Amino acid sequence: MSRHTLSVLVENKPGVLTRVAGLFARRAFNIHSLAVGPTEHEEISRITVVVDVEEHPLEQVTKQLNKLVHVIKIVELDPSSSVQRELLLVKVRADAAARSGVLEVVELFRAHVVDVTPDAVVIEATGTGDKLNALLAALDPYGVREIVKSGTLAIGRGPRSITDRALERVVRSA
Amino acid sequence: MTATPTPAQLAARAEAREQVRADLRAKAVTAEEVTGAESIVRSLEEVGADTVFGIPGGAILPAYDPLMDSKRLRHILVRHEQGGGHAASGYAHATGRVGVTMATSGPGATNLVTPLADAHMDSIPMVAITGQVGAASIGTDAFQEADIVGITMPITKHSFLVTDPDEIPRTVAEAFHIASTGRPGPVLIDIAKSAMQANTTFSWPQDLQLPGYHPVTKPHAKQIREAAKLLATARRPVLYVGGGVVRSGASELLRKLVDLSGAPVVTTLMARGAVPDSHPQNLGMPGMHGTVPAVAALQKADLIFALGARFDDRVTGKLSSFAPRAAIIHADIDPAEIGKNRAVDVPIVGDLREVIADLLPELAKEHETVGKPDLEGWWRQVDGWRETYPLGYTEPDDGHLAPQRVIQRLGELVGPDAIYAGGVGQHQMWAAQFIKYEKPRTWINSGGLGTMGYSVPAAMGAKAGRPDAEVWAIDGDGCFQMTNQELATCTINDIPIKVAVINNSSLGMVRQWQTLFYNERYSNTDLHTGHGTARVPDFVKLAEAYGCEGIRVESPSEVDDAIKRAREIDDRPVVVDFTVSRDAMVWPMVAAGVSNDDIQYARGISPSWDRED
Repeated sequence: MSRHTLSVLVENKPGVLTRVAGLFARRAFNIHSLAVGPTEHEEISRITVVVDVEEHPLEQVTKQLNKLVHVIKIVELDPSSSVQRELLLVKVRADAAARSGVLEVVELFRAHVVDVTPDAVVIEATGTGDKLNALLAALDPYGVREIVKSGTLAIGRGPRSITDRALERVVRSA
Repeated sequence: MTATPTPAQLAARAEAREQVRADLRAKAVTAEEVTGAESIVRSLEEVGADTVFGIPGGAILPAYDPLMDSKRLRHILVRHEQGGGHAASGYAHATGRVGVTMATSGPGATNLVTPLADAHMDSIPMVAITGQVGAASIGTDAFQEADIVGITMPITKHSFLVTDPDEIPRTVAEAFHIASTGRPGPVLIDIAKSAMQANTTFSWPQDLQLPGYHPVTKPHAKQIREAAKLLATARRPVLYVGGGVVRSGASELLRKLVDLSGAPVVTTLMARGAVPDSHPQNLGMPGMHGTVPAVAALQKADLIFALGARFDDRVTGKLSSFAPRAAIIHADIDPAEIGKNRAVDVPIVGDLREVIADLLPELAKEHETVGKPDLEGWWRQVDGWRETYPLGYTEPDDGHLAPQRVIQRLGELVGPDAIYAGGVGQHQMWAAQFIKYEKPRTWINSGGLGTMGYSVPAAMGAKAGRPDAEVWAIDGDGCFQMTNQELATCTINDIPIKVAVINNSSLGMVRQWQTLFYNERYSNTDLHTGHGTARVPDFVKLAEAYGCEGIRVESPSEVDDAIKRAREIDDRPVVVDFTVSRDAMVWPMVAAGVSNDDIQYARGISPSWDRED
C-alpha cells in the first residue's frame, strides 16, 4: 500500500462530493482523508483526497474520477514538490499544576492556545500528519479530552497554478 | 491519415463549420414564451428525438399535456417503466440514436433503475426524463418522492436535477450530448414539477457548459505506429472485437482491418454482427459459452488486439490464466477500460472509427517494410480446432424439440436482414451461437447486466425505431413472464414484433448449473409452462388475450411452418410458443472462475491442447 495525494478540481455544483465519494466506495478504493473547499474561481471547488492504494489502482482511481462529468482536472501532488498540511484542534486537560507543562509542549511545536478555561486548554496546530501525531503523543500524558482534525490540504511548490487553465470552456452548440 | 492537413483542407473545414453555424442560425429559435413543461417538449423536438417511451403520473403530468400536441414526437405509452427503459435501449441499439424514456417520480423513477443499469453496462445512449416532486417539497418525504438522482448515480453516465425552468433546454442539450458522445451511456434528467409549471423562455440552440467533459476521439499517432508494428510481426495474432465497434459504427472499417491483417477474429456477445459470420476469418464468440476455436485462439495468441472490448470475466475466464503469452493492444474510447483487468502493452484511446482509419495506412506501410506476416501455421492450427470442434448439439433423448434446432432454423429462415433481440439465459447463448449475423445492430441483447425480461421491450423499441425491419424477440419462458405486458403496447401501437418463446418450462440456465454443479437438485427452477404441465400461463392464450397471434409448436415437423406463418402476419404481434426439451444444455462451456484452457466442448469432453504450445 502507498499513499497518494490527489487534487481534484470540480465544478462547484450540488452533489459533486457525493459523486466523488460514491465512486471511491463502489470501486473499493480507500480514502485516507478528504477536504473540500472553494478556490479563487467561484465556479470551481477543490477536493484534496489522500488515498491508500497500489500503483495500478491509482491509475484506475484517476481514470474513473476523470469520467465524472463534474471533474475538471486531477493532479497528483508529490510530497517532495508540494506543501501538505493538516489542521488540528485538541482539547487538553490543564489545571494550574499541569498548565506550564502543556504550554511548553505548545511552544515546542509552534502551536497556539486558542481557548483557556481553569481546567483545560484548546490548542490549534497545523502541520504534516507526522508532526501532529508527535504533538498528540506529547500531550497525551496530560489527558487529551477531544480531538478534531481536518483532512490534508496540499498545494504545489513554485509559481505554477493548477487552476490556471481549468476554466477554459468547451462550448458547443446542440 | 495522421498527416497534417493542408491549408486548403483547413480552409475547406473552416468553411464547412461556418456553413453548419449559418444553418443553425437560420433554424435558431429565440426566446419563445413557454412553460417549463412546454420547454421540455420543445427541447426534445429540437435535439432531434422522435420517439419517447413512457408512462405519465403525478409529477410528470405537466409535461404530458404539451406532449399530446407535439407533431414531431411520438409518445408510446408502455405498461411498465422498465419496459419503457428497455424499449428506449432497443431503439438505441437498433438505430444508433439516443433512446428516450419518461416516467413520473418515486416508483415510476425507481422502476427505471434496471434499464438504466442495463444501459450503463452495455454503453447504450439513452436519456431518461423523470418528474420530481415540487422543488419546495424535495427532501420532505413527500408523496411519491424518491431521490432518483442519488439512487442512480452509480448506474448512469451522468444525471441532472432541474429545479429552475430556465435550465431545461441547456440540460436536455447537455444530456443528449453526454449520452451520445465518448463512451455512450444513460443520462437521467430529474425535473421538479414546480419547474414544469413555471413560466420560462425557450431558445435553441444551446451552448453546452461542460468544462469537465472532453472525450478523446483522436488516437495518439505513436501508439498507432506501435500497434501496426506489433500486428505486422505477430505470429499468432487475434482481433478481439467488442461492442464498442458497433457503438462507434466502425464495422465497415473493421472489415478492412480484418482483411488487411489476415488475423483470426472473435466477436463478443455484444459484437455479434460487427464482422459478418460468413467472413472466413471470423471464429465466432469467445468466452464462457464461446466456440472452441475462438476461446483457444485467444488462449494461444501471441498478440491480442482488443477493439472496443473490456476483458469481461465472461470472456477471460480466470484472469490470471487468460492468454498467458499474448501481448495486448487495447483500443477503447474509455481510458478507464484500458489496463482495468489486463495489463496492456499498447494502449490506444480513441473512437474506433478514427483508430482503425489511422491504423490501416500504418499497417500497410509496415507490410511494405517487413512484408506480410506468415500466418499459415497459425491458421492451420486454428482451422484444426474449427474442424474438430464445430458448434453443434445433440438431439435430446426425451423426444422433445431441441431448442438449438428451433433457433438455428429461425436464423436460417428469417435471415440476416432481421433484427433479433435476446433475453438472458440459455436461449440467449443459443441465439448468439446458432444465428448467423452478417450486419451490426441486428443482434440486441443485455450483455453486461444480464437482465432477464429484456427482449420483448427491447424488440418493441427496435421495431419502433426501424419499422421497416422484421424484428424477432428470442425469449425464454422465464424472461417472457417478466415483461410480456408490453405485448399490449405493441398491439395497440401497431408495433408488430414477433416473439419466439423457447419454452423449456424452467429457468433453464440456472437449471443447467444445478445439473452440473448442484447434483441435479432442481431448487426453484420449474416454471410449469411446458410439456405435461398445467401450462400456467398458457402462452398461446396469453398472446391471444393481448391481441397477438399465438402459435404453439411441439414437434420438429412444425417448426418451419410456424416460422413461415409468423412471418406472414404483419398486422399484429405474433407469439410462437416453442415447447422444447428442458434437458438441453449450452455447450461449449468454461465454468465460472476456471481457466479458459479447461473449456468443455460438451459435458466431460475437453480438447487436448498440443503441449508444446
